[in-house]
Amino acid sequence: MSTAAPHERLLTRHSFIELPARERARAILDADSFRELLGPFDRLKSPWLPLQGIVAQSDDGVVIARGRIGGRPAVVAAIEGAFQGGSIGEVSGAKVAGALELALRDCERGHPVLPVLLLETGGVRLQEANLGLAAIAEIHSAIVALRRRVPVVAVVAGMVGCFGGMSLAAALCSTLIVTRQARLGMNGPEVIEQEAGITELDSTDHALIWSLVGGEQRYATGLADALVDDDAEAIAAQVRSVVEGVAAPRSEQVECYLERLAHIDPANPPEPRALRALWAREDPDGR
Amino acid sequence: MGADPSLSGRGLRWFEALTGLEGLLDGGPRTVRVADSRLGEEIARFIAVVADPANRFPRARQGELGLEEAWTLARQLRRTVAEDLGARARAIVAVVDVSSQAYGRREELLGIHLACAAAADAYASARLAGHPIVALLVGKAMSGAFLAHGYQANRILALDSTEVLVHAMSKQAAARVTRRPVEALEQLGERIVPMAYGVRAFARLGLLHGLIEGVNAAAPGADDIERVRRELAAAIDDARAGARDLAARLTSPAARETRAASIAVRRRLTEQWDAP
Amino acid sequence: MEVFNFTYRARQPVARRVHVGVVGSGDLEVLLEPSVDQHAHVAVTTSVDGFEAVWKIVLDRFFSRFAGAATIEINDFGATPGVVMLRLEQAVEALRT
Repeated sequence: MSTAAPHERLLTRHSFIELPARERARAILDADSFRELLGPFDRLKSPWLPLQGIVAQSDDGVVIARGRIGGRPAVVAAIEGAFQGGSIGEVSGAKVAGALELALRDCERGHPVLPVLLLETGGVRLQEANLGLAAIAEIHSAIVALRRRVPVVAVVAGMVGCFGGMSLAAALCSTLIVTRQARLGMNGPEVIEQEAGITELDSTDHALIWSLVGGEQRYATGLADALVDDDAEAIAAQVRSVVEGVAAPRSEQVECYLERLAHIDPANPPEPRALRALWAREDPDGR
Repeated sequence: MGADPSLSGRGLRWFEALTGLEGLLDGGPRTVRVADSRLGEEIARFIAVVADPANRFPRARQGELGLEEAWTLARQLRRTVAEDLGARARAIVAVVDVSSQAYGRREELLGIHLACAAAADAYASARLAGHPIVALLVGKAMSGAFLAHGYQANRILALDSTEVLVHAMSKQAAARVTRRPVEALEQLGERIVPMAYGVRAFARLGLLHGLIEGVNAAAPGADDIERVRRELAAAIDDARAGARDLAARLTSPAARETRAASIAVRRRLTEQWDAP
Repeated sequence: MEVFNFTYRARQPVARRVHVGVVGSGDLEVLLEPSVDQHAHVAVTTSVDGFEAVWKIVLDRFFSRFAGAATIEINDFGATPGVVMLRLEQAVEALRT
């Protein structure tokens, strides 16, 4: 994380959030090492959107790029949040799953490839429903298999955030990096309001929603590993700093979380602030 | 307590029919049922998530997969793997009837996404450790609940019943999010296969190992149960003989047709993977 | 959703291919690549129906200044004529650099 004084940081900062997916992938990879696979001119578009009168995008909203990170072979899968809310359809999901499967193949052959996921997604693309869900299950499977061989890094920068089945993908990664503009949750606020009523959650109460699923809260309660400023170089540096032998993935810490849940009274649940004390990070860095 | 008509009891009914046991865990919760039962030549571990109208988490009282359900699945699966270390990895049967993940403010705060990830992780890890896993869809297999309970199985079997539903979102929520009436969604599902809710349409995606026809899914008789046990045993044998990943989901004739794009993406990605 | 095709006479070849933009709200993507003949071919897919005449006006204006023999695919998600022109000019700019 940057140690420069706040005013210097602001002056030299290049927003990562404002970058489209392709430029995000470029920013994460070492200079001049970016090589895109299945780019726009390969025209692997959604076969399902035009059938429903929706304009498809030439890369289906996912950029797969090979290159190097800190000199090591890497692959980045970057989701374009501006296209269909970053939703996962058959093609975009297969691009992410396929890239992870090939990274696994190379790792198994003794040629490690570092996988990095740049997640900006509302989850399954409803127009491709069951094929999006199936692809997400395949992404989960690939992350779990790959994670044993090489750290799998996820970045949720914002502004779309990471929701639905892809929030599980983020949670399965070895290292999860967020910004203050990130949101990470399973169910979108509108869906919770629809399913459980406005007394459960008012989807227009933005302050409440950020307090529940915002990047700062996720980091403070140990549900994310790093909180980084919205700065392309700071995020790239954080990704580079991820090394082998990271701690046991959070999703394996079953007894710890069951114990924590046992202490929660659902009739009187902690407020977000109080949870920061209950689930305090073990490695507070003063932020 | 009287049966709540909105609760699907199919998961519990099939769990009890296949194991002859209630499967209650020491220390609860009552929503996750686990029991071992003979299946063909071996003992298999059956796992189900069932409704509990008295669940201490109110948003998980209708058969939803909540925080405790998901973490408990992870615990039970990891225990199964630990118990079998150094021995033959037991077959695992996930009996699936889950209406959704739990939708709630507490759930989001307390990381329902991580809980569901932990369950998916535990299933995938058990599969990678050599446990043949079969998901048996007897009712709803919805959204994140299915991702956490069943979708990581080596093989998926489903009962051919109008109440076996697979989808990414409930009809009501999907209608609201896509700004379409429910009827329009249903019509769309007839034309766009992955949009459909019914299991017969799901079978056309090529993700199922088998669709079990001619079984009374709501009130199974002895013959129905025996039939399903045979199908489960065969699917387990098939899984033991196959790979430990999910590649089999792309090889069926239905997958080659409906998931042609999924296959094409992987083929072309492989071609471009190494620099020319 | 509507699909239109336009053809313009071209004078000079285009050396390479260029991609700009995103099919996001009020935006579009442009895929520009060398054409197989001495014409520019434009295929527009747009989410907004009923604006073929406006597309023609914008493209006529663009091709009054651009003479490249390019095949151009436009995937539009409700961009205004100003944004369309901006993206096309960005693509031409990217061709030069």
